[in-house]
Amino acid sequence: MFISSQDSPATFQGFTLVMPAVAVGNVGQLAVDLIVSTLNMRRVGYFHTDCLIPMAGNNPYASGKADAEELHTPAEVYTAAELKLAVLQIRAPIIQTRSKKFRQQLKSWIKASGFSRTVVLSSSHAYQRDDQQLQGTSLRYLMTPSLLAASADALKELGWREMERIPAFPGVDAEPRLCIPGGGITKGLYTDGCAEDLPLAVLLLFCSEGDNIPDAFALVNHLNDWLHLLDGQWKIPTSWSLLFGSGIPPALF
Amino acid sequence: PVSNKSEVFLLRTVHLHWNPEVSELLRAGNKVQCSSFILAVGHNAASFLSVYILASANWDAVGRGVAWNERSRSGTGPSGEGSACVFYRHKDEPAVLICHVTCHIAEDQLFQWTEKVFGYLQTRGLTVTVLSDSSVADYKTADYLCSSSAPFLRSLRSSAFSDQPVCQSLEQPNIITGLPAAVLNHCQVHSIAAVVYQCYSDVTGPDSITMDKYKPVLTKLGRSIQVDSSRSTDVLRNFVRSSEIQSNLYI
Repeated sequence: MFISSQDSPATFQGFTLVMPAVAVGNVGQLAVDLIVSTLNMRRVGYFHTDCLIPMAGNNPYASGKADAEELHTPAEVYTAAELKLAVLQIRAPIIQTRSKKFRQQLKSWIKASGFSRTVVLSSSHAYQRDDQQLQGTSLRYLMTPSLLAASADALKELGWREMERIPAFPGVDAEPRLCIPGGGITKGLYTDGCAEDLPLAVLLLFCSEGDNIPDAFALVNHLNDWLHLLDGQWKIPTSWSLLFGSGIPPALF
Repeated sequence: PVSNKSEVFLLRTVHLHWNPEVSELLRAGNKVQCSSFILAVGHNAASFLSVYILASANWDAVGRGVAWNERSRSGTGPSGEGSACVFYRHKDEPAVLICHVTCHIAEDQLFQWTEKVFGYLQTRGLTVTVLSDSSVADYKTADYLCSSSAPFLRSLRSSAFSDQPVCQSLEQPNIITGLPAAVLNHCQVHSIAAVVYQCYSDVTGPDSITMDKYKPVLTKLGRSIQVDSSRSTDVLRNFVRSSEIQSNLYI
């Protein structure tokens, strides 16, 4: 559930919510890190839930010594009021058996907060693409009917490619279905969004595990083409260091 | 043998068992008065507290926790004993509570354990101190860490903790996980003053040098309880010998 970190509770009425799905390469989460870091967003509360693996650390967006020692939790909400933008960052994996519960908690919060639209940043396994998905851009979108109604023109102008329905078991079952392998709760959120009439969009890209920083940039720039959050360069947060482990012992060579 | 998912779910539930006095208090709808809650996670942290604080024999064991999971050893079944999670209260200062956790609490039990324990405590004016063992292999640094710098202490505190920790704050991009993280999250979200002292060691088992690293914390704890800082490292070494040795294959 959402717990405010400030004296006066934050208001999200009419805001756009951007949130990541914990998915392959953590691309959605990295993209959200870029958004929070660059736009200097303010933390307004915690999403306190039993569905995520606990973790804690100092301020990942610290700009200097003054704000370095501030504790951060696995799921937090940031806002940039001037942009009517709210961001939920998720920093830990969802406990295996609590996927559905987490989705329910998210949906309840989204509905109760009055967000005008929710954008889920996600990714999907590149190796599971079928022949048609291998061609062209690796970026895809999905939109629930209620959001599609409002954004049809913008989509046309952007020329985005909708996530294809593909046969889940080629040769066995040719019925095209929506499959987002490696996408975590993305598909669940989208189908729930359609069923419950939530204005929700998914922006994802196909990628593999590895150095996913370029993927994060690709995704966040793609989002920016639509939402126009930023006019300049994205700022890499101070926590993006030693992504592949500690320094190497000099004696090794 | 278990036949279905819901049975496993029930077996994995965290249970807290209190002594009759505390049970009576809780049954009457009250909470346990607590101004200082000291939690030791891991064998070295627990042994350190045993030697420097609990050895003064002014402590009563008032409760224990049971969190059965896939890593629970046989003999510590869900109904069971096992001294892997024990709560102690000071006889003269009943508002000081110590808890030793030397068993593994699984990912899906961490939040529940924390909510249950804090649910029993009166949290106004509460300060939480967590001592936690960790492996230096989990510590990331740009300069390669040569083995002589381990063991060392790092701290993380909640926003409500206004005191000065006894060591350096945990640098980016390091994080903590497990029970210390679950407790710190709870305290952060509920504005409770809390500090975690994580000891990074290159020794995996009970080790007197690692235990000794927690000594600076005594200066802070000594304000609310009597600590016996005259104890030498030799006592710690004896403690190690008497601790259970899992395997002597690599000695």
